[in-house]
Amino acid sequence: MSISLLAAIGGLTSVGIYLITARSLSRIILGFSLLGHAAVLALLTAGGPPGAAPIADQTTPEAAANPVPQALALTAIVISFGLTLYLLALARRQHVLSGDDKVEDDVEDRRIARLADAPDDNGTGR
Amino acid sequence: MDLLLSTTIVGPLIAAGLGLALRSHPRARDIVTLIGLAAAALSSFAILRSVNLNGAQAMNVGGWSPEVGVVLVADRLASLVLPVALSIIFVVELFAIGQRRTAWGANPELAGPLLGVLTAGVSLAILTGDLFTLFVAFELILVSSYVLLTHQGQRAQIRSGMTYVVMNLLASTLFLLGLAFVYAATGTINLALLAERIPELDLGVRLGIGSWFFVVFGTKAAVFPLFSWLPDSYPTAPTTITAVFAGLLTKIGIYAMIRFHTLTGMDELGPIMLVAAGATMIIGALGALAQSDVKRILSFHVISQIGYMLMGLGLFSAAGTTGAILFLIHHMPVKTVLFLVGGLIENNEGTSSLDRSGGLAARRPLIAVLFAIPAMSLAGLPPFSGFVAKLAVVAAGVDQGEAAMVAVALVAGALTLLSMAKIWVGVFWGTRCEAPRPVPTAISNRRLMTTATGLAVAGTLTISFFAGSLFELSQRAAEDLRDPGHYARVVDS
Repeated sequence: MSISLLAAIGGLTSVGIYLITARSLSRIILGFSLLGHAAVLALLTAGGPPGAAPIADQTTPEAAANPVPQALALTAIVISFGLTLYLLALARRQHVLSGDDKVEDDVEDRRIARLADAPDDNGTGR
Repeated sequence: MDLLLSTTIVGPLIAAGLGLALRSHPRARDIVTLIGLAAAALSSFAILRSVNLNGAQAMNVGGWSPEVGVVLVADRLASLVLPVALSIIFVVELFAIGQRRTAWGANPELAGPLLGVLTAGVSLAILTGDLFTLFVAFELILVSSYVLLTHQGQRAQIRSGMTYVVMNLLASTLFLLGLAFVYAATGTINLALLAERIPELDLGVRLGIGSWFFVVFGTKAAVFPLFSWLPDSYPTAPTTITAVFAGLLTKIGIYAMIRFHTLTGMDELGPIMLVAAGATMIIGALGALAQSDVKRILSFHVISQIGYMLMGLGLFSAAGTTGAILFLIHHMPVKTVLFLVGGLIENNEGTSSLDRSGGLAARRPLIAVLFAIPAMSLAGLPPFSGFVAKLAVVAAGVDQGEAAMVAVALVAGALTLLSMAKIWVGVFWGTRCEAPRPVPTAISNRRLMTTATGLAVAGTLTISFFAGSLFELSQRAAEDLRDPGHYARVVDS
């Protein structure tokens, strides 16, 4: 297992987690892209040592890299590509509706905040 | 058998594709969607029958060996849950066709085909024999649910939809990372092989994998403390969509947990699961009591009831697992019906708020009856299905001397009854200050909606009538699950 790959996975994960804790959806989208890359790299690392491209008549099974995690990684990349597009559309819609792309507090939190007579902050883009 | 298994997945997908192509012919589109869903539901009943007669069966998709290919496994658990899930979707689609031409309905061009994709995902998630296909099935379900939730593009939907999408996307990413961990530790993602290899791992690695997937499936199932996305997003969607979500989505999470955690023998996680289960029950029920909107009350009950299933699973005994499976089968239709009745209320009153409605029992007694039966079932009153399911879970708890859990379960049951009574008093009794503003609906559409709800209520009553044999079936499913070699034998054969 290569140290550089592990470091890449760790770095991508930590930056990704930092970004998805943000309020704005565009940062969250970037965070999820990075997390997706981290997960794909982790899958590849889990597949064992590197080897030749696993194509049937060009190499022997012993010399080839493990093809199963590569197949899984490809599927995961396609899925995360589609989801990123959907998230971008969602952010665009939110921008059209309210002028920003902030993820807001949920209804219950705001209701309790009102009940407790807490000062209502209007800075959250309502 | 292979044909039946494929039909449950491919049938709804074909219907979804044709439905999109037939965009401009509403009637043909509705009929095609219904045929696809009906074909899937009928096949699932045939699978149930076949599994009961001949035992569990597996299918290697594309002829690949189980180690590298996709396996579909119809064991007792899958064959029991699948017909319930698919019948629910069929009934909801009937209701949706009735509701579509009203202001509250979902966009018909998208809702039907998307429901088809969601159905395919549900079938795949229930039948799949490997973790990665489970991930793909979850994505199939979630992507269609994201779009179903937000496709009308209204402000509240986008706002709560964002929370929903972000939470579920996080769970999916964790799922993918978890897959990498499992593959690194065992060299396989096939459930049958995992059932052999995970118990041989070090305790630390084993519990790490178990808790990781508990968090992943727990987020999908809205287990405490990962539930906050649910009560916010569900009520904003059109009723039919909420009904499907409430009846199926969280339950698929619990199903995956029952499948994965019993198969890989994660008994050590039991105490953590029980604590989470108790907190889920109580907080869901208390949250429901604090609400004043029918759909929000029902959404909190989705959470509360998840606690019972988790309790059954967390006991890690044959009796506990039986209870969890029975509860799952009882809960899916009951929850869906309650949301459908919520849709009928909304249609008649023009609102689902308790403060602004009242006296519906005098004006529309049929709706009152349709509400009362599943409501009493949800609260666990005899002779309805909820009583049998709750009894099975609680009795399993008593057997294992989990007195605190049993007490929590009973208190949560009482709180459930209280909030059902709150809906009853608010909507069906009393008088309202202003005249009701029913949503304009053609008589034939209203009849279709009431008929669909009636069908679903009849379904829940059927479950009560056959509670004895369903209990036996759940018991056999639980025994199969707890026999570690059984699943592998099915896949190998």
